[in-house]
Amino acid sequence: MVKYVIKRVLLMLLTFFVIISGCFILIRLLPNIPAQQFGKDMSLVLQRRVRQGLVDANGNAIPLIQQYWNFITRTLLTGEWGVSESLYIGQDCMQVFLSKLPATILLNVYAMVFAVPLGLLLGIYAALKKNKWQDHVISTGVMIFVSVPSYVYAFLVQYFLCFKLKLFPLVMNSGTNYFSASMFHSMLPAVISLAFGSIAGFARFTRAELTEVLTSEYLLLARTKGLTKAQTTRRHALRNAMVVILPMIIAEFIGIIGGSLIIENIFVVPGVGPLYVNSITARDYNFFMLLSAFYTIIGLASGILLDLSYGFIDPRIRIGSKANGKY
Amino acid sequence: MANTDNYKNIPAEKFRFTNNRSSSDEKFKTKQIGYLEDAWHRFRMNKSSIVASIIILVLVIYAIVVPMFCETTYSRSLTDTTYLTYTKLLPKTKHLQWLGWDGCHKVQLTENNLNYYKAIEEETGFDVVRKVYGQESTEDGRVLYDAKLDSYTSNGFLYMTLSQEQYDDLQAWQNETGIQVIYPAIKTKNVSDANIWYEANQKGVATLDRNGNFVNVYKTSGNDGNYSSLRIAGDPGLEDAEAKDRYRYATVTGDSTSVSYKCRIFKYTYFQYRYGFEPCFVFGTNALGQDIFTRLAAGARFSFIFAIAISIINLFIGSMYGAVEGYFGGALDLIMERISDILVDIPFIVVATLFQLHLAKKVGPVWSLLFAFVLTGWISMASRVRMQFYRFKGQEYVLAARTLGASNGRLMFKHIFPNSLGTLITGSVLVIPGVIFSESSLTYLGIINLESSTMTSVGTMLANGKDYLATYPHIIFMPALFISLLEISFNLFGNGLRDAFNPALRGADE
Repeated sequence: MVKYVIKRVLLMLLTFFVIISGCFILIRLLPNIPAQQFGKDMSLVLQRRVRQGLVDANGNAIPLIQQYWNFITRTLLTGEWGVSESLYIGQDCMQVFLSKLPATILLNVYAMVFAVPLGLLLGIYAALKKNKWQDHVISTGVMIFVSVPSYVYAFLVQYFLCFKLKLFPLVMNSGTNYFSASMFHSMLPAVISLAFGSIAGFARFTRAELTEVLTSEYLLLARTKGLTKAQTTRRHALRNAMVVILPMIIAEFIGIIGGSLIIENIFVVPGVGPLYVNSITARDYNFFMLLSAFYTIIGLASGILLDLSYGFIDPRIRIGSKANGKY
Repeated sequence: MANTDNYKNIPAEKFRFTNNRSSSDEKFKTKQIGYLEDAWHRFRMNKSSIVASIIILVLVIYAIVVPMFCETTYSRSLTDTTYLTYTKLLPKTKHLQWLGWDGCHKVQLTENNLNYYKAIEEETGFDVVRKVYGQESTEDGRVLYDAKLDSYTSNGFLYMTLSQEQYDDLQAWQNETGIQVIYPAIKTKNVSDANIWYEANQKGVATLDRNGNFVNVYKTSGNDGNYSSLRIAGDPGLEDAEAKDRYRYATVTGDSTSVSYKCRIFKYTYFQYRYGFEPCFVFGTNALGQDIFTRLAAGARFSFIFAIAISIINLFIGSMYGAVEGYFGGALDLIMERISDILVDIPFIVVATLFQLHLAKKVGPVWSLLFAFVLTGWISMASRVRMQFYRFKGQEYVLAARTLGASNGRLMFKHIFPNSLGTLITGSVLVIPGVIFSESSLTYLGIINLESSTMTSVGTMLANGKDYLATYPHIIFMPALFISLLEISFNLFGNGLRDAFNPALRGADE
């Protein structure tokens, strides 16, 4: 097992390295805006660029190969991601990024807190009532909610709950007081919009897994030896279904941090998503590099976590599962 | 058993094929049910998929037919600046008005606002305030009316400067059809709003006479270039065309060499003059005055073509790559797998952004987006094909075909590849909603911009409508409905296809 984990992590690091190198080279090939252009007091930016090894002391570009080497030794190894050059001029990218991260994580944690129990309950209920009208209602609803893009819910939530009924503010409060009641209240529309898709996803997955387990032969055996239906469901079916469901929840949680980009933008959440979009429109390449690295790591980590937790929970499964057709 | 192991020592040239017959199958003598026919038979059983495919068909027909046949003189004139006078009109139909599809919206008006619209109604004779539901008074003593306002006629008037020919032409059209477009010029004292044809204070609040009627401030002196067309009721010029106090219908500006006429034009009837039909937009118009019905169809057509193109390219690259990987295996497979492993892990948004930054200026945003989709999109196809190759390449029938002398190419594409046809068809159909969804998300975030006067996409329409979500939700509603219907029906359709092609997987989600 340890060997397997090490192998997977090394492979992940290699993949990360290749991707981020590609990103770096492609970004550096772009016509870069000289630091001086932004105003007189860009000495700090210039200083940091020199320290990062992207330009020489006179501000002239140094060869790409050498820049790349400096990028590996200074940025990747010591975590020097540079300062913002057009978005938050002069501020450290990492600091800004870290200040934005709590909002994103909190939003996703809240969404998961809603989605996991609701999704599991709906899925279990549908599986137990398989092919009855309750199941059909839930399955149809799940089908619709899985398919409809999340921004459509966001519009509906924003229009009906925030604008027509005036239950919530239209956008999230600014500021960093994340645990106040009013902040939670203003976050709810975004949380609801995010949770819709996850609830449907969990319900569908749980239903599929549980129906498979419920029709298996060992469950029949459990019934024949005298357990009640509730007992078999709880002790045998659910536990076995959880083997597959639990890793999915973990991976989904990691994945959703990257996936809330559009919701964060709609509700103006002061999080990582808008930062990324702004860094592209403002051509702030240091931010772009940092956030690309962030999203790459999120993707890689959720994949590896899914694989590893399968392996931990059920030692029979040690094969890497591949993301299929997911953009 | 030692004797049988000896075959390794027989030199290769001693082997020869027993006959020159090709290794192809013989033709069946009876009627055969092919793979596709069989799948179609199973697909027909699935009711929800049939419904879904009908919906898809309707959407596709909408995307094909509407840009071909339902374009009007209005929607075809793509860069017309008169568009800007018809912005944000609400959805309206001629025959389904009783459903509330009548281009009206419910608004809260102050008394002054209500008078403002009533004045348009009084002057033109068109319904503007369809209904007043009731009134409520606010804390500071003002009265607010809940009214149903027709967005088409409440659009009101605008000042337009016409040349001599335009002025004559418009008059001739008025005479021919009997529809009033030019309304009398007004003595503009304080207010420059073309809608205020009555006595009003500086803020445009009507000053009513003793009976509560509007007092007109029409111009009764000056030159209007011998206006000789329809006159509004109450105009002394109706009885005597030369009456001294007849209303004047234009203000003449410019010198004698190039005369131009500043007229008060009623937007609703001007539309009829200009485009030949009454304004009536089934889905309303957007913030730029473009007709959403035809614009959405054009966007949908683009999105469909784009997605299908990507699906075909991915299918082609993916099946080639996967076939080579799966068939030859070994070190080649290992290297190719590592390459696709790395590609599949790049977040799509990063790929799309990088392509946009690098290529958009050179090849345009559409092509750069297409390359971004192709760069990572083929991998899922390749892994499907590879899996099928691994499953089937060791089977006896393949060995038999090889023994009969089938070449690598024939083995790959005649004997093994058809096994993956089912998953490939399902997969490439499901690429279409995926591409449309990703495209719309990226456009919505503003990372790519596909908007131009001749082109749009569903995502662009959503992105443009988001600013009017609270005030004019119809702008965003139709594109959102379209994309939701599309995603739902494609998912159902894909499930049906999967069940039809792989009956073993029936009922399993994902």
